[in-house]
Amino acid sequence: MATWKKLIVPAIILPVLLLLAYGFKTDPRQVPSPLVNRPAPPFSLRAFDGGSASLEQLQGKPVVLNFWASWCFPACYEEAPALEAAWQAYRDRGVMVIGVDIQDRDADARAFLERFKLTFPNGPDLQGKVSIDYGVYGVPETFFIRRDGTIHYKHVGALTKQVLQSKIEEML
Amino acid sequence: MISTLGRFSLALAFGLALYGVVVSVLGARRRRPSLVESGRGAVYAVFGLASFAVLLMEAALVGRDFSVQYVARNGSLGTPLFYTIIALWGALEGSILLWIWILALMTLLAVVIEGGRSREAIPYVTAVLLSIQVFFLFLATFPANPFTPLFPPPADGRGPNPLLQNHPLMAIHPPCLYAGYVGWSVPYAFAMAALISGRLGEDWIRTVRRWSIVAWGFLTIGIILGGWWSYAVLGWGGYWAWDPVENASFLPWLTGTAFLHTVMVQERRKMLKVWNLALIITTFSLTIFGTFLTRSGILSSVHAFSESTIGPLFLAFIALILLVSFGLLVYRSDGLKAEGDLESLVSRESAFLMNNLLLLGFAFAVFLGTLFPLLSEAVRGVKVSVGEPFFNTVNVPIGLVLIFLMGVGPLIAWRRASLESLRRTFTIPLILAFLGTGVSSFLGVRGLYPLLAFAAAVFAATTVIQEFVRGARTRRRITGEGYLAALSNLTRRGRRRYGGLIVHLGVVLVAIGITASTVFRQEKEVTLARGESLHLGRYQVRFDELSAWQEPHRFVVQGTFTVLNSARKVAEMRPSKRFYRSEQQPIGTVDVRSTPREDLYLILSSFAQDGSSATLKMLIRPLVMWIWIGGAVMALGALVAIWPDRRRVLAAEAAKERVAWQPGRS
Repeated sequence: MATWKKLIVPAIILPVLLLLAYGFKTDPRQVPSPLVNRPAPPFSLRAFDGGSASLEQLQGKPVVLNFWASWCFPACYEEAPALEAAWQAYRDRGVMVIGVDIQDRDADARAFLERFKLTFPNGPDLQGKVSIDYGVYGVPETFFIRRDGTIHYKHVGALTKQVLQSKIEEML
Repeated sequence: MISTLGRFSLALAFGLALYGVVVSVLGARRRRPSLVESGRGAVYAVFGLASFAVLLMEAALVGRDFSVQYVARNGSLGTPLFYTIIALWGALEGSILLWIWILALMTLLAVVIEGGRSREAIPYVTAVLLSIQVFFLFLATFPANPFTPLFPPPADGRGPNPLLQNHPLMAIHPPCLYAGYVGWSVPYAFAMAALISGRLGEDWIRTVRRWSIVAWGFLTIGIILGGWWSYAVLGWGGYWAWDPVENASFLPWLTGTAFLHTVMVQERRKMLKVWNLALIITTFSLTIFGTFLTRSGILSSVHAFSESTIGPLFLAFIALILLVSFGLLVYRSDGLKAEGDLESLVSRESAFLMNNLLLLGFAFAVFLGTLFPLLSEAVRGVKVSVGEPFFNTVNVPIGLVLIFLMGVGPLIAWRRASLESLRRTFTIPLILAFLGTGVSSFLGVRGLYPLLAFAAAVFAATTVIQEFVRGARTRRRITGEGYLAALSNLTRRGRRRYGGLIVHLGVVLVAIGITASTVFRQEKEVTLARGESLHLGRYQVRFDELSAWQEPHRFVVQGTFTVLNSARKVAEMRPSKRFYRSEQQPIGTVDVRSTPREDLYLILSSFAQDGSSATLKMLIRPLVMWIWIGGAVMALGALVAIWPDRRRVLAAEAAKERVAWQPGRS
């Protein structure tokens, strides 16, 4: 076999192996949302407390749209206090926080709201329409929607105070 | 207790496998039969210990021994017995245990069955197979030990993943797939033995022929059952999504199929020696690559096991296999000169070469598509996902040509085909293919690819049937047998050839099923109030009621729908959603009504909690059933091809006799 032919083998194999090794460094679950910088899909919710919330009503306000579920432990449990705190801190400056409860049982969801004393509007996504429109992959996921109704940022996983604060400030 | 025994037997098996590798190599190098014999003993012992470990695990699962971590995670008091038993392959550690057992069994069979005929090669074969076993036993002994104890034991376990306890196919899909994967180790081991020992003749090819068909057959069944499972369980109405792990099982199938064809060229014409070795090495590496993908968490997939630390170990193992195998191949390449030449482009050799190029092109495209997200992220830092459009655009045309070649290959003459023979063989199939295209166009098939697909399918099927008919007719003329007797004797006389032709017929059925169910697929999703109906195709589906109940391990919400066909009731269907305690999402359970003509597929997408309305997704997929039937036909063909002849068995017995009398054998 000619020398160049012998070299073909490592020339093919090595890059593939390196690529696979690189794979260990990445997380395939971190998917960027194609919705960023696009208009947020309209939604409307019947809230647990009987009120209603829809994107139309909120035009002109920055919105933090959080998808959660009572079975989503521990991530949703970790971020709930941070969300409530952000709501308390920014509601006077016009920021809206809205929770969308997906694939949940009514009683469990209400117990969750009770447990964390959540006061911002929360409603169930009964037909799963909102989560499909937003391409929700798992919970928790949070969308930050600008005043003009376009999506500023999508966060996957539990929110922290820092993330909430910096992203909300960016939108104000 | 079980935990200790299990860990002990795996560790002992690990040590013995290692010992077996060393003594087998030493025995072969120094020509010491007693060492070789000892290596053989290690094979028996490893099989015994692996079987013992599997039994222990089953005992722990069935006995709900939650002091074993694996049982606590994958078993529960409420899990039915059947799904408890098959929880053995429901998660990473158990699946590795099953893998070890199948590999131990294959090694044992290889040593016992081929020990007589391939005496020179068998110590190396043993060493290679045990080396692979050493790797898997290492995983099971250290980082992924299935017998890791849990203290204090919980009162109840978490239970298997709900998706894995939703359908009985889960009992056979993984073991078949594993047998398919593991099966390729045997041909690989013989190839390596040939390379190591330098006995590079056609012997190893003849020996591994049957083993390759066995591995290929299991892989085929595993893949088809996987499609069926996905269709019946995952509730999206499809059977193949080009998911990384599906691709990973398809890759060795493609290269293995290529290998099965070119071994014939090497047997007949002593050509393509390096090529065949490269193919078998590639196929084996791809089986390990498939396991790696499932278990490393580097790509996102529905099949991914929970992330674990064994990914890097697998990668190192793959690197080692590629390095050693291709290194040996290059080292021995001078002894692998072709003794025959390609004489004409119109010949079976060249048809096989074409088929190989296409199969490999196909494999390359799938490989690239699978790893492209990784490549894109590494090079450009951009996350992309490669989906159906890419795979279909590239692979559909390749698949079409392959089906066409499938009709040509088995019938065209070796070396050089004459114009006369081509005319005699292909006139009828070509005419029928044209007619078939006309008929499908008349029936409403539109578009270039679907029409070509049906044309190629008719062409390939006709060549196969014509071959059977002509053979049977000739035989009948000579022997005076009836048609059926002639057909069965014909097949018996040329099992490999006619088995292969049956496989081709199966592939045609699969191709027709895939084309029809994709092209003529209809679907609709509607929210229905009670009593309302949805119309699609010939069917009218009425939403009757919603019911809900609690079962020991899950909560079930079920919709009842009446299916009417021109105002006549044909069925009552009950798709449901199942809520498992341990799981975050409900598992949809579809209801499928299968007929040879078409499948009606109902999915309960969502429902109002008071039962007043339900959102129903309804699909009609024509001819889906023929994909499964085609798979069965392929498996049948493989079985025909490997079925032992009485003559061959007798010859082998005789050979064994002679060997037994050889002087100096201890």
